[in-house]
Amino acid sequence: MNPQTGHVIQTDSSMPKLRTRPVAASAILLGGLIAVVLGLAVSISVGAADIDLLTVWQAVFDFNPDVTQHQIIQELRLPRAVAAAVVGACFAVAGAIMQGMTRNPLADSELLGLNAGARFALAICFAFFPGLPYLYLILYSFLGAALGAALVYGIGLLSRNGLTPVRLTLAGAAVSALLVALSEGIAIHFRIGQDLAFWVAGGVSGSNWPQLQSMLPWVAGALLGALLLSRSITMLSLGEEVAKGLGQRTRWVKLAASIVVLVLAGTAVASVGSIGFVGLLIPHVARFLVGVDYRWIIPCSAVLGGLLMILADMGARMINPPHETPLGALIALIGVPFFLYLVRKERREL
Amino acid sequence: MEAIRTTEVERRRAARAATVMSVLGILILAMLVISMNTGYIRLAPLDVLKTFMGAGTDKQELILFDFRLPRIVISVLIGAGLAVSGCILQGLARNALAEPGILGINSGAGLMVILFISFYPANSVAPVLLLPVLALVGAGLAAALIYVLAFKRDEGLSPTRLVLTGIAVAAGINAAMIVLTIRLDPDRFQFVAAWLAGNIWGTNWDFVLALLPWLLVLLPFVFRKSNVLNVLHLGEQAAAGLGLMMEKERFYLLAAAVGLAASCVAVSGGIAFVGLIAPHLARRLVGPRHQHLLPASALTGALLLIVADTLGRWLLQPSEIPTGIVVAVIGAPYFLYLLAKAKA
Repeated sequence: MNPQTGHVIQTDSSMPKLRTRPVAASAILLGGLIAVVLGLAVSISVGAADIDLLTVWQAVFDFNPDVTQHQIIQELRLPRAVAAAVVGACFAVAGAIMQGMTRNPLADSELLGLNAGARFALAICFAFFPGLPYLYLILYSFLGAALGAALVYGIGLLSRNGLTPVRLTLAGAAVSALLVALSEGIAIHFRIGQDLAFWVAGGVSGSNWPQLQSMLPWVAGALLGALLLSRSITMLSLGEEVAKGLGQRTRWVKLAASIVVLVLAGTAVASVGSIGFVGLLIPHVARFLVGVDYRWIIPCSAVLGGLLMILADMGARMINPPHETPLGALIALIGVPFFLYLVRKERREL
Repeated sequence: MEAIRTTEVERRRAARAATVMSVLGILILAMLVISMNTGYIRLAPLDVLKTFMGAGTDKQELILFDFRLPRIVISVLIGAGLAVSGCILQGLARNALAEPGILGINSGAGLMVILFISFYPANSVAPVLLLPVLALVGAGLAAALIYVLAFKRDEGLSPTRLVLTGIAVAAGINAAMIVLTIRLDPDRFQFVAAWLAGNIWGTNWDFVLALLPWLLVLLPFVFRKSNVLNVLHLGEQAAAGLGLMMEKERFYLLAAAVGLAASCVAVSGGIAFVGLIAPHLARRLVGPRHQHLLPASALTGALLLIVADTLGRWLLQPSEIPTGIVVAVIGAPYFLYLLAKAKA
């Protein structure tokens, strides 16, 4: 984050003038962060046993291991809520980078096969190397996401008219179908359906501190990378020629951005399973609110994605207690109408 | 001169189509035999023959007549139904990527079936004949929804928008299904999960009877409409110029396609890609004329599904892979190949 808000843009003569709203963006970032903290607190306090906010405060800042409620909060609810926020931020930022880089309004790690790839890798891990430490699961998840992305991109590159948004979406759907089918086959044969289903249904219910600890360095690194790349992504989003004309080495930027996306999507899938539409929805909302400069879009996406996920996770717990509604399904129900709206809005042939 | 040449081409095409269909028929028969002796308990071809003649043991009779044969027959019917449905949709939309699975018709049918199963008292036997009807209602609603959402007054129905809308609606319906099914008891949840994966579950003669009338009525109807599809495929103007009652014909054919897909999905669960691949393969074998294309699609689909079902039983013995998964593993790469090759 550049602290000198507002002064960045006009001093930057190498960039074309863009529609940006730094003031609005700063307000959203600040308000969003406050909302995230509040959301976390509320999310922790509601559940099977309601706990008042004071106790939540005490449990976090004045932990007493003898109090059961403190235990519940520290061991179950806090890591869960934090995981929701982190994962939401990951999917949203991954989606924002993908949309900017490919100039494709429909890009999202779920639609483009990354999530299915990570799932496939996890299925293989569970089947052949049971009991792998969490860190390795994350690493294999990256590889899987890379496999999914490579397949989809490969098809795109092979096709005659290149990577139109529609073609990418269709290729993503087919690659996802293939990888999901393979994962299911592995799951059935090795009888790991239960373990995998727990992952795939998309939930943060099983999150714990050790998991979060293995996750956070990756996420922090990738989010930092995303912020560092944000200016270059803005240029890319104006078109390859423009970026090159502005003296950007587009190939390196794309490579770096791709790695950031794989790390974000891979980590998120490894921790909560495949959740679509967060990465599609949030960047659009962010763009609508703060304009087209990715230096603002990326941090705002992170905050808004975290917020959406915290709320969705609360919803998942409250809709049908004591059962949990799968988070992925809940998000899809919110995301699908939006996707339909995008498809309709597109004037020309996508 | 021109006329003579076209009739010559026609004749050769017809001859070729006849050959292709005979070969497909023989392959299906061969697969029937292989499929009958594949599974957890092997039955040698000779035993199968004996059992058919009524000279098998009780156990052999049970396996063959009560378990294996109905499942095989169902596979053949579903394959044919889904393939013809896809063939119609591809002709109507003039879009090589159209198929009931991608267009959300399967999901709509599935949602209704699952709603029915979840609210039906578990201890009673569900009236099987009702399932295709329910599926039809669901599929019709989904198809209508997709049509409405993808249609724009000034641009009509763009193929890509149709496909994208279909994908989105399918995703939404699947999510709704998951939300609904989470309330179910574990057994039913298992069933639903298997259903979604495309596990052919209606494997007794009741289901054959539930499905058969639909196909017996709809397939001949569609085959009779071959010419209409040929003309529609030429494009709007040509069809209107030839004096076709376009909207009406299109609606009938669409309804037939939805009906075929829905009745099949009611029994088979979410099997995607059959309706996509079979017509494509058939087109490469017998050319674009629907007189040949529709029956060839039906045979190709039947063969594809019986192969997938047999593979699913044989690959990972003793566990079975849902047929839908096998079809996806075969079908997705082919779809991607088509996508890479397609012009626009």
